[in-house]
Amino acid sequence: MELYAILKIVWAAVLGVLFIGLGTMVGMDMGVGTLLRFVGRNDGERRTALNIIGPHWDGNQVWFILGGGAIFAAFPTLYGTSFSAFYVVMITLLFSMILRPVAFEYRSKADSTLWRASWDWVFLVSGFVPMFIYGAAFGNVLEGVGYHFGWTGQYYQDESFLSYLLNPFAMLCGLMSVGLSIYQGGAMLMLRADDPIWSRARRYAMGGGLVAASLFVMGGIWVQFLPGFVMTAPVNPAMPANPLHGQSVAMVAGGWMHNFHAHPALWLLPLGGLGCMLAGVAMLAAGRTVAGWWLGLGAWAGTITTVGCAMFPFLMPSSTVPDQSLTVWNSTASEYGLGCMLVVAGIFVPIILSYTSWCYYVMRGKVHTADVVNDTHSY
Amino acid sequence: MEFINPDVVDLSRFQFALTALYHFMFVPLTLGLTFMLAAMETVYVVTGRQIYKDMAQFWGKLFGINFAIGVATGITMEFEFGTNWSMYSHFFGDMFGTPLAIEGLMAFFMESTFVGLMFFGWDRLSKQAHLAITYLVALGSNLSALWILIANAGMNMPEGAHFDPETMRMQFESFVNLVFNPDAQAKFVHTSVAGYVSAAMFVMGISAFYLLRGQHRQFAARSFRMAALFGIISTVAVITLGDVLGRLDYEKQPTKIAAIEGLWHTSNPPFEPWIVAALPDDARQENHYEIGVPLVLTPLITHTFDQPITGMHELEEAAGPRIRSGIDAVAALRRYGVTHSSTDLAQFTAHEQDMGYGLLATRHAPGQDVTAIPADQIDDVVRATQPDILPNVFVTFWSFRLMVFLSLWFFALFAISAYLSLKRRLERSRLLLKLCMWSIPLPILATEFGWITAEAGRQPWTVFGWLPTFLSASSHGVSYMVFSLIGFVLLYSVFIAAELYLMFKFARLGPEHDSMEPHAPATPQASAFDMRPMAS
Repeated sequence: MELYAILKIVWAAVLGVLFIGLGTMVGMDMGVGTLLRFVGRNDGERRTALNIIGPHWDGNQVWFILGGGAIFAAFPTLYGTSFSAFYVVMITLLFSMILRPVAFEYRSKADSTLWRASWDWVFLVSGFVPMFIYGAAFGNVLEGVGYHFGWTGQYYQDESFLSYLLNPFAMLCGLMSVGLSIYQGGAMLMLRADDPIWSRARRYAMGGGLVAASLFVMGGIWVQFLPGFVMTAPVNPAMPANPLHGQSVAMVAGGWMHNFHAHPALWLLPLGGLGCMLAGVAMLAAGRTVAGWWLGLGAWAGTITTVGCAMFPFLMPSSTVPDQSLTVWNSTASEYGLGCMLVVAGIFVPIILSYTSWCYYVMRGKVHTADVVNDTHSY
Repeated sequence: MEFINPDVVDLSRFQFALTALYHFMFVPLTLGLTFMLAAMETVYVVTGRQIYKDMAQFWGKLFGINFAIGVATGITMEFEFGTNWSMYSHFFGDMFGTPLAIEGLMAFFMESTFVGLMFFGWDRLSKQAHLAITYLVALGSNLSALWILIANAGMNMPEGAHFDPETMRMQFESFVNLVFNPDAQAKFVHTSVAGYVSAAMFVMGISAFYLLRGQHRQFAARSFRMAALFGIISTVAVITLGDVLGRLDYEKQPTKIAAIEGLWHTSNPPFEPWIVAALPDDARQENHYEIGVPLVLTPLITHTFDQPITGMHELEEAAGPRIRSGIDAVAALRRYGVTHSSTDLAQFTAHEQDMGYGLLATRHAPGQDVTAIPADQIDDVVRATQPDILPNVFVTFWSFRLMVFLSLWFFALFAISAYLSLKRRLERSRLLLKLCMWSIPLPILATEFGWITAEAGRQPWTVFGWLPTFLSASSHGVSYMVFSLIGFVLLYSVFIAAELYLMFKFARLGPEHDSMEPHAPATPQASAFDMRPMAS
């Protein structure tokens, strides 16, 4: 296989890793945000919950920024097309996301009850909405998105944003993503908080895990009947990255199962993901929170790799002009660009992982309400 | 055939400008305050004096209030390239995405991870470890600016990429040329140092407020002096690098420099005056009410006494043949996309360097189709396109001048403040203290004018000479743009209201400990500014 084709596959895998990291780390913080008003019944408890992720939310959020940056650098055409196609949804995601940094920094800096209660609602919205949209986007992509390109590569939309929002399959995926984020956020709260937050968080996390597991199974059954996309002629994986020509694509009911039929070993991915969700719930029930947290990561890994392997090589199929569907082969950066970015990522990702772990180590241990309330530097 | 909706292009530009200018109200303070916090904490770690820790913690709190909005509004900027500039992302993303992703990997991750420890780690880390964290936050935020400006330099002076007819976009070809783009290097220093000026003015102005009210005087006097010295050095660096950038524009972006100087006709070295003020008239292509200083322009821009600067009329004339050649390039490119024949490729390659100028003609071509202009209409299309190569002169000319005039004011203010602060005569200069306080927002205003100069002056291009702005935007409906604009205006108004409320609240409260002078006299005439007892 040519080097360019290998680089494209490697970057598709890196993208998967970033989506998993994003789901786990950002999902965790957003789960805490969603749960804030429910696990904390008074101001002290809520501040405790906030300060558990207080030192880490900003670093975690970079997974999100980096996910965007990696799509931009490695899949520039996908970046412009997907963000524009989902314009209203993406802007809604953006609005709810950018409220969150401000909420963290500002909530506890004034004493008014109204001020703090308002920011608590902001946490709910800025935790729930982005995770819902994150999951729903995967659902929309699985169903195909209405767009085509003009001869210069300019993208044109063929579908209204309403079809992305009011879409039962996408809503199912969105709720599953929210379920996983509540699971992860609850597990983190259990790691760092004592009762009463601990037992409330445990209840919500177990619920979130069970909801995610059942929606995952339902989604799996649904996909059997969903029109999927398949290549009808061989493509050259090392083709110049240009969606205008070089592909012939058809929509076939159950098309997303073709890769699973061809490679039955892939079934380990959805089964592993489901196993992690169920085992995670059992671990949290038994109070083994560290294991529960890591199983949440496994659940995200199982889910994202399942979707990725079902769709491969498609990234965002076009339902109106399927031949112009964006795939791993036709929407990447140049060979030089992919190579460059791989070297940079190879250097920095291990460094990032080590200092991120070190930060968690420094801030380890339970967070106590009394300390939070008396500390003028806390959130 | 889909048509470009000029309203959507304008709304997309307006939204980008609005969100970028807003984002950049907060970034300069972050860039500069991190280094000032690091400097204060260094003195604390070296001398062990509590007051410097109080300083680092107090200014750190104000930093945090500012930082949150900087982070939040920065996410918007990244998103918008995808949501509103899809053609730009497709056309230039291969190169442009790289510095943005590296910014995340190398800088933003570091800054964001360690800022948590900076706020929360005071009691969990040794003094030295905490100091190291503060330096890493400063380094991270400044490296972040470096990569963003490398990306920006690629738009202004695309180096390290070439157009590829197979993929219909700019292909990234040289990391070295991308990183060592001279525009990037100069702009990084110019912009980050402008951030230091903003931070210095912020600290100096708030300290002046305490001094005027006779509060926290030891604390305020030390902060004031540190800021004044930091500010004077930074202002000199800003002006020097601004001069380097002007010279670069002269070489690579002649339309920008001509618009900045309001130069309609090629200059007459060495006598050409530098226009201090005028009313440039874009429609009639001339200046009204010109006030100029003779002999200044040529050495200022070219660093010589004999090199002419090409005027806008002459640039417009010279663009004619390029637009004509560019129209041939675009037509050949379209044919090549269908035929893939070597003849079409050869024709395209012959006119490739002018392709952008051909795209620029899109708006004036019948049916917005450059590839099918009847032969007898080509002259008209070229003539109609020629004025489009110029940016808006009034905006470019005045935003540049306001930036320059403000920087001269900062130079004077910092110089006098540093002198009086070192001479310990601040307490007699209440007018100066008031001026310092009222000048807090001015450096931020100056950096905004700097952004406008650079980016309005880049027009009509997003990728200079290659991709016109009006072709870069996503093909949305007007209603989408109205939705997002209303949202941004509402949300950003709430942000600024909350930010100013907390900023004023905590600035008025002042440092918590203030252990050095629990019973300071309330009259500002007392000699509480004298540091010598402290310095022993």
